[in-house]
Amino acid sequence: MVFIFMFSITEVCGAKRVGYFGPAQFYIALKLIAAAQSGFPVRIESIKNELPLPRFMALKNDTEVRYGTPAEFHGVKFQVPHATLEKNSYKRTDEGDKQEPKSPPMSPICSPPSSPSTYQRIPLNYGYGKARGGLEQQHGAPYEVRHSTHQQDGPSSGSYGAKSALTCSTPNRSVSVEREQQDSSTQYSDDPWRITEEQRDYYINQFRSLQPDLNAFISGSIAKNFFTKSKLPILELSHIWELSDVDCDGALTLPEFCAAFHLVVARKNGYQLPETLPETLLPEYLQAACLKPIRDCALFDSYSEPLPSSQQTRDFSRTEKSSAEEVPDNSALLQDGKKDDKQALKVSTTLKTIPKEFQHLTVKAAAQEPNALRARPRSRSYSSTSIEDAMKKGEEPPTPPPRPQKSHSRASSLDLNKIFQQSTQAVRSGWLPPPPPALPPRPSVSQTEQPSEVELHPQMNRPPSQAEENSSAKKEVVLAQPPSKPARRKLRTEAQGLETPELSPTINVTSSLPAVKPHLPVQKQSSKQKRAIQTAIRKNKEANAVLARLNSELQQQLKEVHKERIALETQLEQLRPVTVL
Amino acid sequence: GSCDLLCSQNYPLYIRSVPTENELKFHYTVHTSLDVVDEKISAMGKALVDQRELYLGLLYPTEDYKVYGYVTNSKVKFVMVVDSSNTALRDNEIRSMFRKLHNSYTDIMCNPFYNPGDRIHSRAFDTMVNSMMMQVC
Repeated sequence: MVFIFMFSITEVCGAKRVGYFGPAQFYIALKLIAAAQSGFPVRIESIKNELPLPRFMALKNDTEVRYGTPAEFHGVKFQVPHATLEKNSYKRTDEGDKQEPKSPPMSPICSPPSSPSTYQRIPLNYGYGKARGGLEQQHGAPYEVRHSTHQQDGPSSGSYGAKSALTCSTPNRSVSVEREQQDSSTQYSDDPWRITEEQRDYYINQFRSLQPDLNAFISGSIAKNFFTKSKLPILELSHIWELSDVDCDGALTLPEFCAAFHLVVARKNGYQLPETLPETLLPEYLQAACLKPIRDCALFDSYSEPLPSSQQTRDFSRTEKSSAEEVPDNSALLQDGKKDDKQALKVSTTLKTIPKEFQHLTVKAAAQEPNALRARPRSRSYSSTSIEDAMKKGEEPPTPPPRPQKSHSRASSLDLNKIFQQSTQAVRSGWLPPPPPALPPRPSVSQTEQPSEVELHPQMNRPPSQAEENSSAKKEVVLAQPPSKPARRKLRTEAQGLETPELSPTINVTSSLPAVKPHLPVQKQSSKQKRAIQTAIRKNKEANAVLARLNSELQQQLKEVHKERIALETQLEQLRPVTVL
Repeated sequence: GSCDLLCSQNYPLYIRSVPTENELKFHYTVHTSLDVVDEKISAMGKALVDQRELYLGLLYPTEDYKVYGYVTNSKVKFVMVVDSSNTALRDNEIRSMFRKLHNSYTDIMCNPFYNPGDRIHSRAFDTMVNSMMMQVC
């Protein structure tokens, strides 16, 4: 190539501006080379044309040749942007190096190794439908489009029936052809260890649900409970933590959390965990990305501005299309494309499923009552995107989570489990951003708050532990609550008609804390208060009953243990004279 | 040489031997040395925070090796067995090795998925121990 061409290509593709050849720049550069070789001017617009593959003369590796043929084959097959094909066929420089180590992680999903390893898979195909494992790519429509991985359909079509994926993704592809070329830069190809915008947003929302302050940490126990829901084995979770908690402080910052979440999702999708943290998941790398909501494509600033929102809506609509198992109502919600709805879904679905672990999620959601009301009749699915669906595969079943401690089984295991639960709950209750409850001694004000906590908890699968948490939380929080109580009462009256009134107070707590309104109509309050007091009394009685039962069980165990001890001591006594002899 | 990590109830959390034959012998050695370790712990009534303990001497007639011990504040014991033939090892080096072990152990503890008393499966810990032992043996 003539140097002038190369120089101008470098400039146009943005490498000069950015300072390096990233995947985006590389692809564009290749495309521009093809354009130049075909006689088109070196401009961005020229890559939109259908161009033959660029001809490279230098390398004569087997790999080069191997990549060339299938690429051409796919070039014929798909009349879509060749940039995507090119980038796979001419993996020479850093791209090539990067992909080699990545191919092993992809191997569980890849077709037999005969296919060129650089044919990049969709990194994380969160099953839109039920499909997992091998069928993931068929549901990776948005990712296919965004990552421009058309070529993979070729070798994998035999194995995975990706033709259906092809058909479902081609319309999408045609829609987004233009955007795709510009997006290829923003989507960082098919690196499974890169976090896309959609994923990042989801992770950030999850982070927020655990810890509202995005700059703060998630403590180890909370993160542990959260990730345990994903039903991965503890060993793997431990390894994931090891990888992602870079500063080894026992807590996760936002980028660390994103990395950990990403690894969890990757593992659930069949990828093997890497030995070391990939550089795209490093906190420093993610920190910069997390802080920038807009995709950091320096190249196509003008194009990318309108993209995020439109793509999001497009994604959601696609989600609706392809997720057969989702309740249709969910998708209706999804089309709003708002994150609030997502959170509302989360809130409502957690109410429905009420696995204990989600309690803190519901508590932390902010001002979600109207959405909660609307979304509640939905099924349990968490999903606003397929990502959540994937996570939800682990969290979805309304059946109790893997922990066995719910049941009141006899024997010593109960003690240990209870103790362990108490300790985690104590921590968790400490994390609950000012949970609403108050102690009985407090007059009317507290009565309204009690139902919130008490109602919330007995619904959980493990009433005894709930009650314990209840009491401990009450003690912790009462002192901190006075200013917000009037506000909570007011909001509570609004929400009185809801099926799950207990949700709103907890939600209101978080949302109303900043806005204290001491002046409220009193008449409304008194009638509501009476009702509230009655419910509170009822709930307290329930809690009492539960606690009493627990107490009696523990007493029994204590007796048993005493008996054992006595038996052992008598044995010892019997043996002792023997040894003396 | 061998490097072992035992918890307060004296069951092993982690054992690594290089070279890997004679591993059983190392296990046995470590176990017998536990008595001495316990003795030393109980002996240090005051100033219990003396983190380092050097145990030198369990020499068998057939082969020579030195056993070093180290106890953390939570009664977790590290025991290291090295060949006496490796006379280049000095006290300071042993100390630094124990310090590294201790640091890695605290990193493991930071992992919320690790329950104290579990065997240690952390790969980072493995790599660290391996590199250390390669250095020594």
